Amino acid sequence: MDSEATEIHPPASRMALFLGFLWVGLCGFGGVLPWARRMVVEQRRWMSGPDFTDILALCQFLPGPNIINVSVALGSRFWGVGGALAAFTGLMAAPMVVVLLLGVIYERYAGVPAVQHLFIGLASAASGLVLGTSLKIAAPLRTSPIGIALAVVAFAAVAVFRLPLLPTLLVLAPASVLIAWRFPV
Amino acid sequence: MSEMATLGSLAGLYGELSLLAVGGGNTVLPEMKRQVVDVQGWMTGPEFAALYALAQASPGPNMLVSTLVGWRVAGLPGALVATLSLCAPSCLLTFFTASAWYRFRHAQWRRTIQRGLVPMTVGLLMAGAAVLCEATVVNWQNAAVTLVVAAALLFSRLNPLWLMAAAASLGLCGLL
Repeated sequence: MDSEATEIHPPASRMALFLGFLWVGLCGFGGVLPWARRMVVEQRRWMSGPDFTDILALCQFLPGPNIINVSVALGSRFWGVGGALAAFTGLMAAPMVVVLLLGVIYERYAGVPAVQHLFIGLASAASGLVLGTSLKIAAPLRTSPIGIALAVVAFAAVAVFRLPLLPTLLVLAPASVLIAWRFPV
Repeated sequence: MSEMATLGSLAGLYGELSLLAVGGGNTVLPEMKRQVVDVQGWMTGPEFAALYALAQASPGPNMLVSTLVGWRVAGLPGALVATLSLCAPSCLLTFFTASAWYRFRHAQWRRTIQRGLVPMTVGLLMAGAAVLCEATVVNWQNAAVTLVVAAALLFSRLNPLWLMAAAASLGLCGLL
């Protein structure tokens, strides 16, 4: 991309980080990540596309909500602890206010049939979004029978047998890493 | 005092979920629902699904469902405690590993671990989707909406907000 090849301007201040992520948080309907990349790489040119992807890879590998981790990693690279706090607060502030306002509205009018119907629709669509996103992320496993088998075991343990997540992960994750190590592609 | 106990449970639950969410927030949805609905009995399954839908309908990270659960259980303090507990442990971990990660970006062991975790992420994400669908799909109309939205997300570049709006309209018209 032409727009990504031009020079890099790291954020000038913690305030710039805060405002950038505030905007991302406000825009991020149905997934924040695309908006974050657009702002960081294409619009404000804080870092190059590959640098952003590298930070994202770390955040997918670490536990926790990915995009929130991205804000912390990116903020800290430029401005240390203060930068991490500025980016994180910017990302979370506006969405938290909006979601609580929606919650208040929902609670007050939850008894109204029209509102109930509305939320049946929203809930069905939300399930569809989660299903679609999961399938997107699952797609690269198509070529790996072992990977599919491991994913099915994790799925069954949690969704079918309803095992608690912590012990399940403590057993399955090391096993999966071990198998990845024994069977390099 | 029981309010403090509730806040303590929220902090414990979300602090644990924070470190379990390997591969993103949605991987802990089944565990969150299990704890909130089955273990703690704070709300019913459909209520949880409605809160999740609210979080999806607002901008920002979809893990805002933690804000809503906390708010429903213990008001504004609950909302803050749940959200911060979900973010703090993983954010601290990210903060301290960010520079080391950059240094080891070509190391073989790093790639092996990354590759080994992919099937876990996928399995847990699908489990999250299944648990949500179980709560929301009660008839064929709901199932159709869920499938159409999933397909649209996979095969088109449509803004998900339009899908949410369309489904909400169908519901409002009493068609679901």
